[in-house]
Amino acid sequence: MKTRNPLIRLFILAVAIWLIIFALIPNFFLLAISFFEPDKHSYVIADFTLNNYERLITPSFITIFTDSLWLAITATAICLLAGYPFAYILARASARFRPWLLLLIVIPFWTSSLIRTYALINILQNNGLLSKLLEFLHLTSEPVSFMYSEFAVLIGLAYTMLPFMILPIYASVEKLDTRLIDAANDLGAGSLRTFWHVILPLTAPGIMSGCILVFLPALTLFYVPDVLGGGKGQLLGNYIQMQFTKPIPDWPLGAATSTILTLVLLLLVLGYKWSLKVSSQRSEFDNADDDREQKISSRFQAIPQAPKISGLGARLMPRKQRIAGSATEGNK
Amino acid sequence: MESEYIIELKNISKYFGTTCALKTVDLSIRNGEFITLLGPSGCGKTTILRLISGFEQPSGGNVHIGGELVNNVPPEKRHVNTVFQNYALFPHMNVFDNVAFGLKMQKMPKSEIKEKVMQMLSIVGLQDLAGRKPGELSGGQQQRVAIARAVVNNPLVLLLDEPFSALDFKLRKHMQLEIKHLQRRLGITFVFVTHDQEEALAMSDRVVVMNQGSIEQIGSPVEIYEEPSNMFVAQFVGDINVLKGEILETITSDLPDSNHAYRAEVEGQIFSVHSDRKFEKGDKINILLRPEDLKLEEEHLGQSPFLAGEIIETVYKGATVDIAIRLDTGLELIAAEFFNEDDEDIDYTPGERVAVTWINGWEVVLLDEDA
Repeated sequence: MKTRNPLIRLFILAVAIWLIIFALIPNFFLLAISFFEPDKHSYVIADFTLNNYERLITPSFITIFTDSLWLAITATAICLLAGYPFAYILARASARFRPWLLLLIVIPFWTSSLIRTYALINILQNNGLLSKLLEFLHLTSEPVSFMYSEFAVLIGLAYTMLPFMILPIYASVEKLDTRLIDAANDLGAGSLRTFWHVILPLTAPGIMSGCILVFLPALTLFYVPDVLGGGKGQLLGNYIQMQFTKPIPDWPLGAATSTILTLVLLLLVLGYKWSLKVSSQRSEFDNADDDREQKISSRFQAIPQAPKISGLGARLMPRKQRIAGSATEGNK
Repeated sequence: MESEYIIELKNISKYFGTTCALKTVDLSIRNGEFITLLGPSGCGKTTILRLISGFEQPSGGNVHIGGELVNNVPPEKRHVNTVFQNYALFPHMNVFDNVAFGLKMQKMPKSEIKEKVMQMLSIVGLQDLAGRKPGELSGGQQQRVAIARAVVNNPLVLLLDEPFSALDFKLRKHMQLEIKHLQRRLGITFVFVTHDQEEALAMSDRVVVMNQGSIEQIGSPVEIYEEPSNMFVAQFVGDINVLKGEILETITSDLPDSNHAYRAEVEGQIFSVHSDRKFEKGDKINILLRPEDLKLEEEHLGQSPFLAGEIIETVYKGATVDIAIRLDTGLELIAAEFFNEDDEDIDYTPGERVAVTWINGWEVVLLDEDA
């Protein structure tokens, strides 16, 4: 993004410095520590070793890893299935209601997600709201508890992450030109085939952004499995957390786990980027492709850096500014 | 039910909330004709198109396509296709897939689709660009894809919603001809919507002039231009001069092809005027004259009756010249003449005194409803 406005440049510089100090440098430390020896008194000794990574190659860790992966994938799928129709209806709601509906999605963010996770206990616990509802509907004869189960963790993850799925999809549906839907109908496509051939492909960038925004945190949100799953089956998030907080901390092991996770996420993101590149290269003409790819990668880069602020803030901005802001993404 | 008409709108009305978009409209479209709905924005022409394509349902009345009542048939089940304003091409599909979309929806075998699409693309001259995405095409090329995408389905009727509005002047002229030729070649009924009267006259077999949800006149381009049936049509289609007058008496027509002749006072002079319409003595009238129907002479050469005035401005337009004249009564007229440097009658300088007349019988006489 090129800009000549010195104020904006200054702002970007400030954000860059912030990210370097609070994200890049700590991650570098983490990477370094993962190659150090653990020590009871000073936490680490600066002796190079690969031992920490070797220690991770155990059946129990692999179980933790695959369990976490499975849970995150399922949570992402739930968010997608629930979030897509929600986002679609939201984006197609009349302009009068839309800001209010968006506000309803954003309001929960005003409460800490940890507190909201605790609040879920009230719903899921023995004799909780869900149990009472099922009793009322005569689906069960006695109070049931959903706590401390994979189900509870999934509910917790999906609930916490849902807005991160809705907002990017909302943005892509809102940009969708409704005349294309008219055109598809006109050419003989009913609503189902219009969705499959036109709406879904054109909102795919929103779906991908949403999935990445949900999947990555779902893999590592340690307090949700802790609070709702009772820390029964260990997951990556609380495994890492434990290495740093257990009575005799093992920083290097935690750091090594964390580094592996970062690598996996990096591969996922690169894979996504690569798939975009491939799909745009199928076309024969290069100059327009460069342009297109630039648009996609600029949109893509905007996501991992400051997802919460840019996503939510942008949605709450007055429409005019938003259009001006998204002009660089250029929808022709 | 066999009928000469492929589309019939009977007693159609359309309300959006309490706003009336169409008052009771009747319109029958012949099989194979090129018909244009012409009118200012908000006149209801696009609403008629959307009623035919099925995107709107009538508030009252019936829509028939090919003899069948289609009021409740959704767009995807109607055998009509639309060329949308701004084309609405699918940006994620290449040209081939865009054009093939309708055929795929019909579940046509792949080989047949390929053959039909390539044939259609060669008709519109895009066979070499089949692999491109719409974003990589020029405006004119996108326009052709949009037409090909609709026509390839071999619809009963092709609807075109202001398809040239995004094109520049030259390309627009070119596409007008291309579409007209395509229509003749395919023999498909075209329903064309535009607010550009020149476009309507140039392309159509028949023109439907609309205003404020009603049809003002239906006729061939020549009829619309030369025999406007009311003041709206007269003033919307082309430039026209409006002279005020009053019928003095009915006289015997000296022209073979007009029914009635009258002696009338026009801008203070006594003329004989001709019309198919019946007027009474004392009727206030408007005499409508196209700029090219006015004749100018130097005043001293003029033969009575004529309207006296002076030239206030001339605008050179290449082949023609527009001459603005102020009559002694104060009324301003526009006359258009072929530009001729060696014209003996006139040298078109501002301030020159002129005698204005017109070719007898070319005037259109309408009752002045405001008087």
